[in-house]
Amino acid sequence: MNGDRYELAGPVTVSSLLAQLDIDPRRVAVEHNLVVLKRATFETTTVREGDQVEIVNFVGGG
Amino acid sequence: MDSSTLTIAGKTFTSRLIVGTGKYSSPSVMVKAHEASGAEMITVAVRRVNISVPRGGGAPRESKEASLLDYIDPSKYFLLPNTAGCYTADEAVRTARLGREAGLSNWVKLEVIGDERTLFPDNEALIEATRTLVREGFVVLPYTNDDPVACRKLEDAGAAAVMPLGAPIGSGLGIQNVNNIRIIREFSHVPVIVDAGVGTASDASQAMELGADGVLMNTAIAGAQDPVAMAEAMKLAVRAGRLAYLAGRIPRKMYASASSPVEGLVGR
Repeated sequence: MNGDRYELAGPVTVSSLLAQLDIDPRRVAVEHNLVVLKRATFETTTVREGDQVEIVNFVGGG
Repeated sequence: MDSSTLTIAGKTFTSRLIVGTGKYSSPSVMVKAHEASGAEMITVAVRRVNISVPRGGGAPRESKEASLLDYIDPSKYFLLPNTAGCYTADEAVRTARLGREAGLSNWVKLEVIGDERTLFPDNEALIEATRTLVREGFVVLPYTNDDPVACRKLEDAGAAAVMPLGAPIGSGLGIQNVNNIRIIREFSHVPVIVDAGVGTASDASQAMELGADGVLMNTAIAGAQDPVAMAEAMKLAVRAGRLAYLAGRIPRKMYASASSPVEGLVGR
């Protein structure tokens, strides 16, 4: 996740992963195994062992 | 003569000035500078959320800082996500896709950097990424070299505007290649936005006087001693430059030509 290894108790949906991390799903975008997810699929996409996840938001830039 | 609005890909903006959100000393200064600039389009960067394991252990959580979006009213401003810091077409395309999901539009300021020290773009990768993103339905605004041929290729690849640099990002050097900006304007059928290198108001005016359709800047405002005042200066400079361009300047001449009548002089 975001380039670091994290231990999960088991497979989780993206929605519950974000909830565990205390992240508001409305202000981030998520890439799962190099596929950018539509927000509507956060509930139905499952993160499993070995998966690669990127969670991004907007920061200041030019 | 409408000197103030800018239309890109069929969307009209109330200002020809586009401003960034980076390097501000505080969010409140940024908010005031945005207001003073009169800009409607505002650039943002896409970065990983900061996740860390709390001190003393436990489950990883987001390290909470106020979100940039808490300070930008989406009903007033149009957010333009950038792909700053990307060094390959692939990275830039991934970042653009993430930016689209994080935001509300399919617009992207496309950057593919080719050199760390100058932050000059990698034209080849930039053109490739433009092609890919245009195919995916993005409105692509590529940050490019001040190279008319590169700009033409980007336009052919489907760019909605071309954004040649005036000088390296954050350098404040002003427009280094005046002729190229003029030639790019002459060649282009899409809007030309001078992006990067502006140091002060006269640089922004100059860009507009050369025929640029808009100017994009971040550091010139955010890094000024008084960013709010500089933002207003830039607003006025962009309008003044545009008006001067439309008004048509006088030709440059080597010698004087008197403004006052040469007849009727006292004592002659």
